[in-house]
Amino acid sequence: MNPVNYLYLAALLFTIGATGVLIRRNAIVVFMCVELMLNACNLALVAFSRMHGNLDGQIIAFFTMVVAAAEVVVGLAIIVSLFRSRHSASVDDASLMKL
Amino acid sequence: MENLIALLIAAPLLGAAVLLCGGRRLDAVGHWIGTVLAAASFVVGVVLFADMLGKDPENRAMHQFLFSWIPVGGFQADVAFQLDQLSMTFVLLITGVGSLIHVYSIGYMEHDERRRRFFGYLNLFLAAMLLLVLADNYLLLYVGWEGVGLASYLLIGFWQHKPSAATAAKKAFLVNRVGDVGLSIAIMLMFTTFGTFAFGPVLEATGEATEGKLTAIGLMLLLAACGKSAQVPLQSWLGDAMEGPTPVSALIHAATMVTAGVYLIVRSADIFNAAPDAQLVTTVVGAVTLLFGAIVGCAKDDIKKALAGSTMSQIGYMVLAAGLGPIGYVFAIMHLVTHGFFKAGLFLGAGSVMHGMNDEVDMRKYGGLRTYMPITFITFGLGYLAIIGFPGLSGFFSKDKIIEAAFAKGGTEGWILGGVALLGAAITAFYMTRVMLMTFFGEERWRNQPTASPAEPDVEPAAEHHGAAASDHVAAATGEPHPHESPRVMTIPMIVLAVGSVFAGGFFSIGDRFIHWLEPVTGHAHGHPPIGAAAVTASTVAVMVLGVGLAWLQYGRRPVPVVAPRGSLLTRAARRDLYQDDFNHVVLVRGGEHLTRSLVYVDHTLVDGVVNGTAAGMGGLSGRLRRIQNGYARSYAVSMFGGAAILIAATLLMRAV
Repeated sequence: MNPVNYLYLAALLFTIGATGVLIRRNAIVVFMCVELMLNACNLALVAFSRMHGNLDGQIIAFFTMVVAAAEVVVGLAIIVSLFRSRHSASVDDASLMKL
Repeated sequence: MENLIALLIAAPLLGAAVLLCGGRRLDAVGHWIGTVLAAASFVVGVVLFADMLGKDPENRAMHQFLFSWIPVGGFQADVAFQLDQLSMTFVLLITGVGSLIHVYSIGYMEHDERRRRFFGYLNLFLAAMLLLVLADNYLLLYVGWEGVGLASYLLIGFWQHKPSAATAAKKAFLVNRVGDVGLSIAIMLMFTTFGTFAFGPVLEATGEATEGKLTAIGLMLLLAACGKSAQVPLQSWLGDAMEGPTPVSALIHAATMVTAGVYLIVRSADIFNAAPDAQLVTTVVGAVTLLFGAIVGCAKDDIKKALAGSTMSQIGYMVLAAGLGPIGYVFAIMHLVTHGFFKAGLFLGAGSVMHGMNDEVDMRKYGGLRTYMPITFITFGLGYLAIIGFPGLSGFFSKDKIIEAAFAKGGTEGWILGGVALLGAAITAFYMTRVMLMTFFGEERWRNQPTASPAEPDVEPAAEHHGAAASDHVAAATGEPHPHESPRVMTIPMIVLAVGSVFAGGFFSIGDRFIHWLEPVTGHAHGHPPIGAAAVTASTVAVMVLGVGLAWLQYGRRPVPVVAPRGSLLTRAARRDLYQDDFNHVVLVRGGEHLTRSLVYVDHTLVDGVVNGTAAGMGGLSGRLRRIQNGYARSYAVSMFGGAAILIAATLLMRAV
């Protein structure tokens, strides 16, 4: 199977993730969309690794996974504490960072 | 001997310090301290003069170095004095006439409770003027120059409770500042041109400078001289300066202040000799002023203001002579000295008349005073004959020489200058005869003419209703004057000055004494008027007789009206000082106001507009930009995605190209 198709899939997943980040208000969903984008990137990296015949892309994919895991820990903690103080998980409710 | 020079200045300066710092304890003796110290300065002057006479004419200049004032690299300002024949002449005039005026003031200011302070100011005036003529460099001269300005301000405004006196003092001060700017620029130009401003080096180096620079320096010096000597166009302060006590007028007009400008020009002779354009301007200024002052003097009913016009005119003669170059310098100074005698005498005489007439100054309310004040009449009369150039008296010799020199200038210029000088002589005779006739001859117009006393402005007519005591007071202040001769302390200085007015000119002229005396300093060239010296003298006498005759026809033959008639257009113009104040007001005051107003407008609209506009624009822009930061994480994400998309698109585009 042509590895380019994996790239198309990665692009599709990335677009879906990005669209979700932009249009959804629920923080959990936004968070999941971010994960989707990360994994789309991982898929693209692995596909590149296969296309070029070396392991660089796969190594970076591992890095991405570690970073994503750490990000999930911190992100979920923020969302939980946000929900506790505001009784809502909407990202638009947390709009105090402005003048 | 040289070490005595500083003493000349130190004596009156000490007097000023003691009198002004001494306080009320010195009230009883203050006037004597002031007079004695002024006289001491005169005595030192005479001693130095005697010493100088014993020396060879070429080596008479004495120098005294006191201390280095501002030693900074190439800028060396010393407090050092130079006493040569020119300075000596001034020293004797200043201290001699000054001392006489001090003596006179003892009587004149007797009833003034601030007499001690008055004498302190007089001493300060003498000290400043002596510093001016004794300095050996222009910077130290400038110190004296400013000192004279300060002292004149204090003295003109001495009766500061009168608003007119306070204003006059301010006016004199401000007009003088204009001239002072000229002097300071001249000194700066000298420093950049010659690298020094000491008299010796500057005047010896005039050959090295370009004529343009010398002309600039000369014109700036002339501007300075115009300010101090009340020459057109800076003449307007002199008439108002009459608000000061009369001895001050005598001092300003005879011995000090107004002569400073003439001194400056003659001292800077080498600069003017090398700058013919500056000389021409000087002669024109002198000629215009001598006519201007004479015309103003003809119309004034205030005796002091008539004399002020006369001073302006006579100084005009001196400036004219000084502008003529080597043929005129000596005569400028000679006229200055003789003028010092007769003008001081005339002013003191006027003061004496006012003293006896309840401080009335309007000549239309005088008349027939010769029998009441014989000494004043005789001394004033001798001064009068001297100033109109009656043959044999001082003014005749000095003025005639100036007119001769003016004709000797040669060409059309000489004819015009000589003609103006002759015309001035005729007008001088006219207005002085007018003053004489209105004051001492004719009917006694002060009878049944209650004169308001300007010295007591607080007495109001309404006070008459306030009981007998008050009306007595009013009667004493405003009643018919009782003319009387002044005390001896006032008449003796007048007599001495009258003797000077009679004999000084003849004494100077016998064997050309004065010329030989000043020649080593100023240089001298004999001028030859195209019509011959004798013809000039004859015409001078002729126009003098003409002027006297005209004045007699108008003021001697028929009675003088008590209320001034409307007069011709020229008379009315002259009464208003030929509209000099109106001119200054319209051109300078209004012009200045309009200029400042338009500048304020430009400042508010243009400068502030740019500054405030920039700030407001920035503020508005940032207000708009602030909206972008709305706190919604999603909109930040959009901008981030958008930015990333643009960057990627740009990268791809670049790669494609």
